[in-house]
Amino acid sequence: MTTVTLAGAEADPRRWLKAFASQEALLAIAVIGLAIAVGLYNPRFLAARNLSDVLLGNAYIAVAAVGMTMVIISGNIDISVGALIGVLATISGTLAVNGAPIVVAWLAALVAGILVMALQGIIIAYLRIPAIVVTLGMLSILKGGLISVTGGKWITDLPDSFHLADIELFGVLPFPVVLMILVTILAALWMRYSASGRAVYAVGGNAEAARLCGISQPRTIVMVFALHGMFAGAAALLYATQLRVIQSTVPPNLELTIITASVVGGVSILGGTGTVVGSTLAAVLIAEIASALVFIDVSPYWIRAVQGVLILVTVIADILRRRRMAGA
Amino acid sequence: MTTDPHSETPAAPVLLVRAIEKSFPGVRALSGVSFDAARGEVHALLGENGAGKSTLIKIVSGVFPPDRGEVLVDGRQVDLARPDDARRAGIATIYQELLLFPELTVAENIFMGHVPRAALGRIDWRAMHEKTNALLASLEIHDLRADRVVGSLSVGNRQRVEILRALSQDARILIMDEPTAALTEYDVTRLFDIVRKLKARGVAVIYISHRLDEIFEIADRVTVLRDGAHVATKRVADTDAADLVQLMVGRRIESLFPKITVPIGQPVLEVKDLERRPLTKNVSLTVCAGEIVGLSGLVGSGRSELAQTIFGVTPADNGEIRIAGQKVDIRSPAQARSLGVAYVPEDRGTQGLVRPMTVRENFSLAALGKVAFGGFIDRGAERKLAGDGVKRFAVKTSSLEQIAGKLSGGNQQKIVLGKWLANGPKLLILDEPTRGIDVGAKAEIHRLMGELAAQGLAILMISSELPEVLGMSDRVLVMREGRIVAEFSREEVTQESIGAAMMGSRENAEKAA
Repeated sequence: MTTVTLAGAEADPRRWLKAFASQEALLAIAVIGLAIAVGLYNPRFLAARNLSDVLLGNAYIAVAAVGMTMVIISGNIDISVGALIGVLATISGTLAVNGAPIVVAWLAALVAGILVMALQGIIIAYLRIPAIVVTLGMLSILKGGLISVTGGKWITDLPDSFHLADIELFGVLPFPVVLMILVTILAALWMRYSASGRAVYAVGGNAEAARLCGISQPRTIVMVFALHGMFAGAAALLYATQLRVIQSTVPPNLELTIITASVVGGVSILGGTGTVVGSTLAAVLIAEIASALVFIDVSPYWIRAVQGVLILVTVIADILRRRRMAGA
Repeated sequence: MTTDPHSETPAAPVLLVRAIEKSFPGVRALSGVSFDAARGEVHALLGENGAGKSTLIKIVSGVFPPDRGEVLVDGRQVDLARPDDARRAGIATIYQELLLFPELTVAENIFMGHVPRAALGRIDWRAMHEKTNALLASLEIHDLRADRVVGSLSVGNRQRVEILRALSQDARILIMDEPTAALTEYDVTRLFDIVRKLKARGVAVIYISHRLDEIFEIADRVTVLRDGAHVATKRVADTDAADLVQLMVGRRIESLFPKITVPIGQPVLEVKDLERRPLTKNVSLTVCAGEIVGLSGLVGSGRSELAQTIFGVTPADNGEIRIAGQKVDIRSPAQARSLGVAYVPEDRGTQGLVRPMTVRENFSLAALGKVAFGGFIDRGAERKLAGDGVKRFAVKTSSLEQIAGKLSGGNQQKIVLGKWLANGPKLLILDEPTRGIDVGAKAEIHRLMGELAAQGLAILMISSELPEVLGMSDRVLVMREGRIVAEFSREEVTQESIGAAMMGSRENAEKAA
């Protein structure tokens, strides 16, 4: 309890210090600092080619992590997203190969993503079943279904125009990176300035209080999941179009990598706090670390261990922060 | 404050509690309370909500240690640092919310933690069932089988399992916290049979209840606590209901901000025959503009449930609600809000405040419609709304961007109150508006309530603190078991008349009336 004056707070120099110590700032510093440090050890790391590969190859994780971050802020979790990305990529690719208009193939991924996630949101919100259970079920259905339907076959002979990831805006800006930045900014603005974005924080922060304020918890959760499904669709398109083939599997533990990006990005696992900017920066940092391991001659298998350390450090810091708050 | 000597102890006390003091941050829960219980005695513990009964039994059960004072069992001092220490000392506690394992059988529940063992540490199932049957027989319980799963039992039978569990550990002191709160009449009768059998065996029973008639039926002595202090210990034979109510509510004159008398306007809320089972039964009431109506009653009498039914959290099954003369059918909090109803819930932590959010965000949460245009929040308007609220309610915060969870309880309560007023409501329902906040913040909230009423707001105030009810209310309604059982005007109301009505002692209510 310090002071009642409010006008002075705007000019408080400690505010700058606080902003500097935010999760987003720490991550940005880590991203740049790591690039410089590894670059000093092995200058090839900083080659434009490598940096753009890191970003291009991982933009889809950042895009999916934006949706995941919203889901976690609302007090839920989704472990089906990795499998869903595989399914959506296959749906889109199959349509493209079979002569559907490319735009239809692209839109199909988005629409299917929204439908699957909205369905899960409905089960979670209206039947009040924990998200981890619902999405675990969906994970199995999607993973099993995909391998059974495709018989494990890869989709090849995709039309050239299908490859979204190849587009370079104005001849220089790779589409995946542009999309990653655009999605992050739009989502950040939405979460920060829209009434429905505020509802997401309120539902995750205190569902009961939000309900008494007239905010519909079920509707908010379904909306968050539907948005998450749309971002998963966008992520699936980036993933499907970065290679010439679509495999009937996705990288193992993709959902965990996406959740890691959200958590390291500063969302509270208990819901109610976090930003999508943080999760995108964290996704970039994780990709950067994976690449850096190669350049400093460490087995890339260590990346999972490094991710684990990042998660534990962030979560412990979050819990300690909350304890301090509860104690105050 | 009268302090009776503990002279009338029937026999040597098996439990003696001496000069216990206990404080929690900001609250003095017990100040120098002494208490004793003898073999074969039922000793009732009586007091208003917050009088210190729960704290006392938790200390005796080893849930938390006292700051000062001592507990003696059989004349020997015992250190009750953990619940297990109390168990070893022969003290067993049956809490209101029964602590059983619903998936396990009666026998398994009774012997959880001290199962009979056979060779090699195996569980001796046969011995366990035999012992269970012996226990059942000793209390003449014939409708309970040792192998029944506890989850399938009635509340009364579950409570019997808890009692058997205490007996299986050779408890000589049995504490029962409002054991009849959830029981049917038949189960109450059976419980009393069991308690009498325990008495006959020499068990000391400490019996906590709000129901005076039960105390007169089953207890030998009664101790009254008030505001964390010992008021009196009497033989039940030497007292009557009026005397006990008088001892419980006492006469406290506190410097509260009294309600300013303002002209009472048109009815804002009219409720007629409102029903929502199980806790709202046939309730009718009216609150007018400029009026503060106090809603009194014990915890569990259905006050909060009534408020939540009016606010649409648990919509009514039957009956009629009119807001400003218009008949309405409120099905959700959002709808209640749009009709000009505001509800400040009892539990600020879980129901009122979004702790990780900033002061600004909490203030605007119930009024987002007012600061959001086309779905987007106007930051300037939001800051102004929150800034006004902070000023009006004198919230002590370093800035609007302060995380609300870091503020003190009183300031959190001001935010919870303030956010509802941002909407410009016609009716304000306050559920325990000053519970757990310090005296200064309390006085400020009372001052604000007076101001709001003066501005023509209708206020329905639920409160367990009688001085607050007496000081703030134009009219007082008393609830018991889901019904409104009494109504008093400001002029005629006294602590005793409210006390008698909420305890439901018939004889006493007549006296008061």
